[in-house]
Amino acid sequence: MMRFLLLFNRQGRLRLQKWFIPLSNREKNKIVSEMTLTVLARPPKACSFLQWRDLKIVYRRYASLFFCCGLEDQDNELLTLELLQRYVELLDQYFGNVCELDIIFNFDKAYFILDEFIMGGEIQETSRLCLARHMEEADAFQETVDEYEKNPTY
Amino acid sequence: MPAPIRLRELIRTIRTARTQAEEREMIQKECAAIRSSFREEDNTYRCRNVAKLLYMHMLGYPAHFGQLECLKLIASQKFTDKRIENGNNDTDLIIEMCRDLAGEVEKLLKTSNSYLRKKAALCAVHVIRKVPELMEMFLPATKNLLSEKNHGVLHTSVVLLTEMCERSPDMLTHFRKLVPQLVRILKNLIMSGYSPEHDVSGISDPFLQVRILRLLRILGKSDDDSSEAMNDILAQVATNTETSKNVGNAILYETVLTIMDIKSESGLRVLAINILGRFLLNNDKNIRYVALTSLLKTVQTDHNAVQRHRSTIVDCLKDLDVSIKRRAMELSFALVNGNNIRGMMKELLYFLDSCDPEFKADCASGVFLAAEKRWVLQNPTINAGSYVRDDSVPNLIQLITNSVEMHAYTVQRLYKALLDDISQQPLVQVASWCIGEYGDLLVSGQCEEEEPIQVTEDEVLDVLEGLLVSNLSAPVTRGYSLTAIMKLSTRFSSVNRIKKVVSIYGSSIDVELQQRAVEYNALFKKYDHMRPALLERMPIMEKTATNGPTEIVQTNGETESSALDSKHPPSITQPTNQANDLLDLLGGNDVPVIQTALPTKPASAGGELLDLLGDLSLSGGPTPAPAPSVPISQTPFLLDGLSSQPLFNDTAAGIPPMTAYNKNGLKIEFTFERSNPNPNISVITIHASNSTEADMTDFVFQAAVPKTFQLQLLSPSSNIVPALNQGSVTQVIRVLNPQKQQLRMRIKLTYTLKGAPVQDLAEVNNFPPQSWQ
Repeated sequence: MMRFLLLFNRQGRLRLQKWFIPLSNREKNKIVSEMTLTVLARPPKACSFLQWRDLKIVYRRYASLFFCCGLEDQDNELLTLELLQRYVELLDQYFGNVCELDIIFNFDKAYFILDEFIMGGEIQETSRLCLARHMEEADAFQETVDEYEKNPTY
Repeated sequence: MPAPIRLRELIRTIRTARTQAEEREMIQKECAAIRSSFREEDNTYRCRNVAKLLYMHMLGYPAHFGQLECLKLIASQKFTDKRIENGNNDTDLIIEMCRDLAGEVEKLLKTSNSYLRKKAALCAVHVIRKVPELMEMFLPATKNLLSEKNHGVLHTSVVLLTEMCERSPDMLTHFRKLVPQLVRILKNLIMSGYSPEHDVSGISDPFLQVRILRLLRILGKSDDDSSEAMNDILAQVATNTETSKNVGNAILYETVLTIMDIKSESGLRVLAINILGRFLLNNDKNIRYVALTSLLKTVQTDHNAVQRHRSTIVDCLKDLDVSIKRRAMELSFALVNGNNIRGMMKELLYFLDSCDPEFKADCASGVFLAAEKRWVLQNPTINAGSYVRDDSVPNLIQLITNSVEMHAYTVQRLYKALLDDISQQPLVQVASWCIGEYGDLLVSGQCEEEEPIQVTEDEVLDVLEGLLVSNLSAPVTRGYSLTAIMKLSTRFSSVNRIKKVVSIYGSSIDVELQQRAVEYNALFKKYDHMRPALLERMPIMEKTATNGPTEIVQTNGETESSALDSKHPPSITQPTNQANDLLDLLGGNDVPVIQTALPTKPASAGGELLDLLGDLSLSGGPTPAPAPSVPISQTPFLLDGLSSQPLFNDTAAGIPPMTAYNKNGLKIEFTFERSNPNPNISVITIHASNSTEADMTDFVFQAAVPKTFQLQLLSPSSNIVPALNQGSVTQVIRVLNPQKQQLRMRIKLTYTLKGAPVQDLAEVNNFPPQSWQ
């Protein structure tokens, strides 16, 4: 299972953090800073995997963002690369040509998509269609509610 | 108050801040606005405010006051609010609610709504992780999980099954019956046509495929039937998967791991190793890394197959990537064996010289371990010595001691290294120990492997004294060199100089040095007769599991030997006869208890025992092992022998005595006793009596037993067997008989009768059954 997923840019600014295990804030911050330091220090053509404490770290750079996750011993690293690819594709599908700004301004949507794709460190939905449908339904529901609220009689 | 700004605005504003201080100012302003907004209890903007708080929290600013608001949001009916809220959920909550929710989750597992089912399955996984006892609760719901059509539910179900099987062996056996079903699902995935929603580069739902493969691995492990059921599908996946893209390789990787773990047939295993071999040659770094990792896992079980790829692995040592280099190094050490050691060592030593500092310690230690296993001391390992961890020093010393033919060469190389550089502590320690031991070889220029250098005794002593005074030397190192100097007093002729050095350090500030010097001084003054014996060459050591001193040494409480111990921790094996001589020294004489950790005299008695065993030819038995290999497990005997005096009584516990030998007037009788603490040990007391008219002097009794036994001979009561049965010589033999085999013994007797030496060999086969059963 995945223990955490972090998104940060080349300057080390954290854009998204998802934790699948309970940790104190201090521990989280420590992990974040260590991860950013280690990953950013790697040369560009280096291997995407490294060993850190007892976890396997898989990272990949997409444009200006680094996607970095921590896996347990039994997990398949190559498949995790595919997982990251899938997540980026989902974001792309939703936002249309996703870039870092989209994630900055719509971090809640980014989290929502992540939560629909991965739950508790494991993938819960492997079908692109299903995920897209879930997002549409959620958006539609929100619009309905917003409109309902805007109505003067509410 | 004006409407709070939207999140977007806030983000935009914050991004315009050019300095940290500016940013902090904006945040504080906004926080104040939010706080007042909360106070007004205006629900309309609560979600907007909380969203902003979330953002600020993500940036690292404290936003605790928003937590109460969050709680209110949870309670809120608004869906929008709930969406924001999901982002803040702590998994901590799961722990507390586990037990309460488990029932709910279990129900949800059975609903027809696939959206809920898949989430319920993952919830169940986490419930089980936190509270494994609840696993039983989910068992009935798992019955129909695999007949799902929805891939999402299928995936999460496989995850749930995997978790259950990993946690409980009962579940594992229970779910083995699912193997055919899983195989079928996997087959459908592979054979099915293109499906856009699940497709990744031409492969249908790789995530599910990999999870199924992983579950199959767990189910097939150590179970022949299941393994057989999956053989075909594994072969199919292994041969048919497209390897041009990462996806295919991910599936192949998982397949290889599964094949190696289950009881697959050899053809399949070879296929798997070959796939890994292909991975090793792949351009993609990630794939090479993964291949090295997998090979490391399989090298124990399929050593030969991995050996075939040795050259590629060694090439990976030269890779630029740090992760790959580390894996290649670990794998290379695992592959070293008697055949390839020379070539491998060359590569590894080259690697050691050229690699990054973070690798050096591990690499050097690995080199020593590898060298140890093969008893080959490669020359440049001395260079590696500077990099080793401190705990390898005793190992290296042991290694050097045991490679007897290399002593001269080793000491010469180390001496030269010392001349160059005395800052590397482990190296200096090893070097000074060697010089202390083999200084005579150094000075006499006996080196064969290399051009012997001309070194005088004084030069050597200069170097060692230099170490003592140097600022670079650690206290431990100084101890090493002082003892080395002392040892040279028996090997060199310039004893006066050594005496002077030792006496100087008798008033050293360093307590350890002072103690040693004082003791060595005493050795010179009062116990000079013991000095040669004490400082003799170390014998070949046998490696113990721990590096601590053996019990032989511990029985001697003397500080002298304990000072020696701290530097010579490896164990010492010796024929037990010698150990008995030691005991003799302890018990019989008035000599003060300056015991040595080393054998006091070369094994003259032991040597004969060696001969005795050498011509002991037992019918059908294998050739007996030579004496030095008598394992250290003998020492418990030693301790027992020391402490429990009652062992020396003759009355047997109901076992009749027997006459073992009766010839030429010499009669040897055996009496038996069982040793209480250990029923496998028989204690035999021999009584030698002499019926001739003259005394038998220099009487020595020796015994040897077949390989399955172990023998310990304690010291005899006397060497003279009085004439005309006026007395007898007694001696205790302890025999360990773990396999309860029939006891047989061959004895050798030597004595002098009327000035003529007599020697006789005899076999004793008439032991009463009770003595060995």
